[in-house]
Amino acid sequence: MKPLNFILTGVGGQGILLSSDILCLVGMAAGYDVKKTDVHGMAQRGGSVISHVRLAEQVFSPMVPVGAADYLLSFEKLEACRWAHYLHRDGVAVVSDEAIPTLAMEAKRPYPDDDEIAATLAARAAHVRILPAGTLATELGNPRVANVILLGALSRFVEIPSEVWLNAIAERVPSKFRELNRRAFEVGREI
Amino acid sequence: MKRMLLGNEALALGAYMAGVTVATGYPGTPSTEILEYFANYPGVYAEWSPNEKVALEVGVGAAMAGARTMVTMKHVGLNVAADPFFAVAYTGTEAGLVVISADDPGMHSSQGEQDNRNYAKFAKVPLLEPADSQECADMMRVGLEISERFDTPVLLRTTTRVSHAQSLVEVAAEQIKRPDARLPQPFNRNPVKYVMLPSNARQRRVALEERLGRLQDYVETTPLNHISWGDRRLGIVTSSIAYVYAREVFPHASFLKIGMAHPLPRRLIAEFARQVETLVIIEELDPFLEEQIRALPGLGSRRIIGKEVFPGIGEFTPELVARCAVDHGLISADAVSPYLLADAGETQRPVGGIPARPPLLCPGCGHRGTFYILRQLLFEDQESGDGSQTSGVKRQGATASTARSPYVRGNLERRRQYGLVITGDIGCYTLGALQPLNAMDTCACMGASIGQAIGLEKGGIKNKIVAVIGDSTFFHSGITGLVDVITSGAATTTIILDNFTTAMTGGNVNPGTGKTVDGKPARRVELETLCRGLGIEDVTVIGGFDTDALEREITRAVQSPEPSVLIVREPCVLEVKSSSSMTSWVEPDKCVSCWACLVTACPALIRKDGKVAVLPDRCTDCQVCNRICPHDAILRVGRDSLKRET
Repeated sequence: MKPLNFILTGVGGQGILLSSDILCLVGMAAGYDVKKTDVHGMAQRGGSVISHVRLAEQVFSPMVPVGAADYLLSFEKLEACRWAHYLHRDGVAVVSDEAIPTLAMEAKRPYPDDDEIAATLAARAAHVRILPAGTLATELGNPRVANVILLGALSRFVEIPSEVWLNAIAERVPSKFRELNRRAFEVGREI
Repeated sequence: MKRMLLGNEALALGAYMAGVTVATGYPGTPSTEILEYFANYPGVYAEWSPNEKVALEVGVGAAMAGARTMVTMKHVGLNVAADPFFAVAYTGTEAGLVVISADDPGMHSSQGEQDNRNYAKFAKVPLLEPADSQECADMMRVGLEISERFDTPVLLRTTTRVSHAQSLVEVAAEQIKRPDARLPQPFNRNPVKYVMLPSNARQRRVALEERLGRLQDYVETTPLNHISWGDRRLGIVTSSIAYVYAREVFPHASFLKIGMAHPLPRRLIAEFARQVETLVIIEELDPFLEEQIRALPGLGSRRIIGKEVFPGIGEFTPELVARCAVDHGLISADAVSPYLLADAGETQRPVGGIPARPPLLCPGCGHRGTFYILRQLLFEDQESGDGSQTSGVKRQGATASTARSPYVRGNLERRRQYGLVITGDIGCYTLGALQPLNAMDTCACMGASIGQAIGLEKGGIKNKIVAVIGDSTFFHSGITGLVDVITSGAATTTIILDNFTTAMTGGNVNPGTGKTVDGKPARRVELETLCRGLGIEDVTVIGGFDTDALEREITRAVQSPEPSVLIVREPCVLEVKSSSSMTSWVEPDKCVSCWACLVTACPALIRKDGKVAVLPDRCTDCQVCNRICPHDAILRVGRDSLKRET
């Protein structure tokens, strides 16, 4: 059983912790031992959020070491760059093209442009997928399913069958949104 | 069946399944979720107490009544609860009492990173240290058993990466039930044990040592401490989260995993040490185990490695433990899993030049207006270039970004007039200390703002002094400070930022909320009645968004020789979401790019094409920016009209 290390990032309030919870359920259902850690409290006031998820036959540390992540799933593109050093050279970055500006008054450094972000990620990951998850979610009728679209896109790179993912998502979302989330997952997976 | 549980959730579950019926605490990261989860179970009593001292006193009473009890707090909370903690160590209780301290190495959300294992030794009580969620659930039960068997409180200490990590816990859904609650016991009158007059306390003092002797026998054989033999050249003694990191870094070494760290299992450690070549002690923060192990007799010339290799400051990571071990030759780089040493590689350095994303007051936060006005009135030695007007403090930390704003510069006259010094406190509003608001001069510990304000005045600072404190922090330990304002004759202006909740820790109820932790109605303590009742005559209640009124009231209050309380009242925007159909909107032709509004640090404001723009999705229509714009460039418009235009 090949150990798998995931880093999920974004800005406080983007639903990162729900997505990492779903990822844990996926791992459990696929027969892995699972650990996850993230920081609550001050970091969640609009700050940068990072969640570590590890799947293996036996997991000791819940923290993914720097340079050991197989996957970086980012809900915001600047945050993808901030935590890209967690990836190893063969890693995969799946990134929403959403841009959440940093504090305007303290803009000593401008928000990087798309080319710069793409180049930064390309230098640190073997595969980079930057996708308009927010736009696609809005097209599906609910901007909040952007995180499930991202999970769908991620699932293409992970050797766990898509039914396992769909079951985990169904377990964590209210039943009336299951169909919407199933479609969101498939939209992400098709990209 | 296995379930994925947060360490804190596992503690709550463990407590419930072990028959805990009373739980108290004060919220604090990373401990908060324990009580929030526990309060959801049927048939239990849970409360967020006003502070940790009260929480533990209520807990001691409940345990004296025969109820199994859990008391939760963050590490610094135990400083507040230290008095009853030491007292209950003397008296013991009737039923099990477990005190949980969640430490925060690395200070993710704390003002210090003290190692609370020291409290166990200091107060002479047993100490348990779980390393994952399964151990959290198991040790909660064992802790209660130890507490009852030895008639002692038990300290259960987690850290951020134990409390806030999820891992699998073996528990079937049908097992999640509580043993039948005990029938209410008659009060066990036993003054010799529970009335700590010196004559009784002297007897309990001896009983305390006798109990430690019996615990010493227990700790040598408990399965909470266990050896797993591997290569005997390296013998690693470790506990808590450091254990799981060490297991990754040293896959072949011998381990003595310490689950019960006080009293220290001396014989077990000595026996382990004798059978290994080099003894390595790996523990986060203080050399708690190491200092005691080095003092053990009989280890002779055995090589012992500890804090000279693994740092005592900050949070461990697996790669840090690996790097330290390799650099000091404890293990060869080849023997360590390559990914643990990957941070030496070029691509594993953080990307440079990424704009910082610090935590911020939320859009629509009721604290913003107050800090904006305080920022206009505070004493700033660097910017005025002349502090002689208001001699005393030297204020540092102003940055060019705020000084550049003509609007802020234009206020120098007012600053010279008022020259406020602002003592701050603990909560979301401590973010008012960050740039560009930069409107806080001190922040030490819960409730300190008021006492410090009195002291600054008595110490001879001539500036007007304003104490800023949140409602929950005021209930926690600001009230006694305000009592001292009255008796000391100080002129302190106390601003209580009242948002009806304990926001920083996730919106937990406080005595002003009017609800219990499980959502039932409760009587409220009304701040204005309380302050007037203490004897403050000048008590004003004001909204948080009317910046003109805020300025008027603050300047009036600070000029008065009498002490005053200004209650700035807005519900937390995370608890009461804005439903306004209006949003702020910047008229580009009127915006002269003075950036005055950006000083509010509102996340809904951005710079766009050299002007300010509002992000309507974030704007809550609080109108602080509209009011403070010196050029009336920010208007209030309907969200619909904005959509039609675009």
